[in-house]
Amino acid sequence: MNSLEIKNLHANIEGREILKGLNLSLKKGQVHAIMGPNGSGKSTLAKVMAGHPSYEVTAGEVLLDGQNIMELEPDVRARLGLFLAFQYPSEIPGVTIANFIRAALQARLPEGEEIDAVDYYQKLYAKMDLLDMNRAFTARSVNDGFSGGEKKRCEILQMSMLEPSYAVLDETDSGLDIDALRIVSEGVNRMRGPGIGMLVITHYQRLLDHIVPDVVHVMADGQIIRSGGKELALELEERGYDWLLKQESVPAVS
Amino acid sequence: MSIKPELDFEMDNGNFSFPENYAFDAGYGLNEGVVNYICDVKGDPDWVREFRLKALEIFRKKPNPTHWASKDLENIHFDKIRYYLAKGQQAKRNWEDVPDDVKRTFERLGIPEKERKFLAGVEAQFDSEAAYSNMKDALSDQGVIFVGSKEGLDKYPEIFRPWFGKVIPTADNKYSALNSAVFSGGSFIYVPKGVKVKHPLQAYFRINAENFGQFERTLIIADEGAELTYMEGCTAPKFETATLHSAVVELVALKGAKLQYITVQNWSANVFNLVTKRALAMEEAEVKWIDCNIGSRLTMKYPGVILKGRKARGEVISIALANNGQHQDTGAKMIHAADETTSNIVSKSISIGKGRSSYRGLVHIPRHLKGCKNNTECDALLINSDSRTDTYPAITVRGESNSVQHEASVSKVSAEQIFYMQQRGLSEGQAMSLSVNGFVNDLVNQFPMEYSVELKRLIDLEMEGSVG
Repeated sequence: MNSLEIKNLHANIEGREILKGLNLSLKKGQVHAIMGPNGSGKSTLAKVMAGHPSYEVTAGEVLLDGQNIMELEPDVRARLGLFLAFQYPSEIPGVTIANFIRAALQARLPEGEEIDAVDYYQKLYAKMDLLDMNRAFTARSVNDGFSGGEKKRCEILQMSMLEPSYAVLDETDSGLDIDALRIVSEGVNRMRGPGIGMLVITHYQRLLDHIVPDVVHVMADGQIIRSGGKELALELEERGYDWLLKQESVPAVS
Repeated sequence: MSIKPELDFEMDNGNFSFPENYAFDAGYGLNEGVVNYICDVKGDPDWVREFRLKALEIFRKKPNPTHWASKDLENIHFDKIRYYLAKGQQAKRNWEDVPDDVKRTFERLGIPEKERKFLAGVEAQFDSEAAYSNMKDALSDQGVIFVGSKEGLDKYPEIFRPWFGKVIPTADNKYSALNSAVFSGGSFIYVPKGVKVKHPLQAYFRINAENFGQFERTLIIADEGAELTYMEGCTAPKFETATLHSAVVELVALKGAKLQYITVQNWSANVFNLVTKRALAMEEAEVKWIDCNIGSRLTMKYPGVILKGRKARGEVISIALANNGQHQDTGAKMIHAADETTSNIVSKSISIGKGRSSYRGLVHIPRHLKGCKNNTECDALLINSDSRTDTYPAITVRGESNSVQHEASVSKVSAEQIFYMQQRGLSEGQAMSLSVNGFVNDLVNQFPMEYSVELKRLIDLEMEGSVG
């Protein structure tokens, strides 16, 4: 309980195996980083956990506070407290950010209960201020015509409004300039606390300068090949992924 | 950003009916006897009787437009339809005086409530005749006329007759001829020079009886500089057999007048909805049709504007939603007939399941005109892989100083987008609904608030059961 357990997870896309028996345990209150070269299956892991329909889970389970969520619809997993900050968030033309987040919060309420609009907007504006987002943003369509940085900020805004118990951040640093990286990282750091476990997926060490992880996992060829403290990330930065891949005799992926 | 209050309508909705109880029933089928029966019951003057009988002849001679239109038209059995059903009572000015079953019908549809909240006047038609008709006193004091078509032709022939049948001639198409032969109900509105009616007038058309054809006839005249917004809503219960709704709506906007005509129809899935709507816009007049077509088995409707005076402006905003077994064949006609006239057509259609939506547009700018502009945008959204959409634009623009712009797009709700929304906790159905509402959002924002709420609910209802 009070943890997200990934056990022996295997998953295919179009018959090709991407995840090959992955194990990971994330406790609430902790931040874990997953690093790895391109093609190691990091983003697949994020999508499989969230229930993306293109992937087939062939073995293993993901236990959210003890409950296996692998058979559940994506929205049920989300309402149980799993959040995925997407690497490439979808555009939803004509649906404003304010209405979208409100609908998502409404979906978590029992039938017949309505969100209090005044409270909602107060909270939304406060969170937007923290993320340095202009309030005019609420009236813009979700991700429609957003820059890379705006999209990532919008993901963190949603995360802070939905208050998940486990959050997976998939390459949240990609496409961010240094200022945006700082703002997004601060947003994530503010959310850290005993009520949430975070899994931060990244290709580069630089994000981990801002969001300092408790544990670093290195992923290659669909498995976690090494876990360690935050110094593991620094070592990787210095010596490159090949150093580890050779040690673990994992076939190099381009 | 404003928060729209939700009105307490019961939207699911039109599917109920009360037992039939009619004093006047023209029986099944169509012939001279039926037309004469209608004339006798209504006490039509001779010129109207002649007009109807001539129209009947044209209706018989005119074939269905089978070379381009849906073959489904052949499944309308004109001999199995009843053309006139009425309780034989005058339209009441007070809901208390409306017969109980009829009153309950409109109460369930939320009409009296809407009237209290935001309308300047209401006419409620039950099968062939209006059961209720009332307008705020302030408007009648300004000379605004809002009555049924029958009262219009009886009491105001000097305004009614010169325009009646002039915007849409009887022989325009088979169904305008049919309407001209058996028309009953509909509105007649006259807004005097310079009078700007702030709140909308509304008509509600309700079919209660099975195997029935509703043929209302509406004529709206906005005199010079006048302004009016008119809204119509339509429903029918879900009967086993097909029902026919074939209206004719003529609008006249004199110099500098502004007319806006809004339709939100929610027909049940067995209604043939074959409606002819056209406006005449004189110098510097503006006519805007906002047309939302939800439900019906087959809708064929192409609101048009004849831009007859210099600098006249015409606009058609249309939203069509075709669900399983439905065909929405909708579009617009813009006939430019004067210099510096402009027209704008924005059409959005949604096809769900095996539903089919077609856009059919006609834009005509002849060579001798100068400075005319048309903009046409049509966007289609497909929900399922077997949904269908077609676009048939017919644009003839001649003359060097005239311009036309045409954009069309077809998109599909993507699995990625639905997954993204589901990841935020919305069910697949909620995600679909939100996506569809987003698709039409820029058009819905042009509606009066109460109608945008209603349309959103209708879309949500249609999207239920579209997944899985």
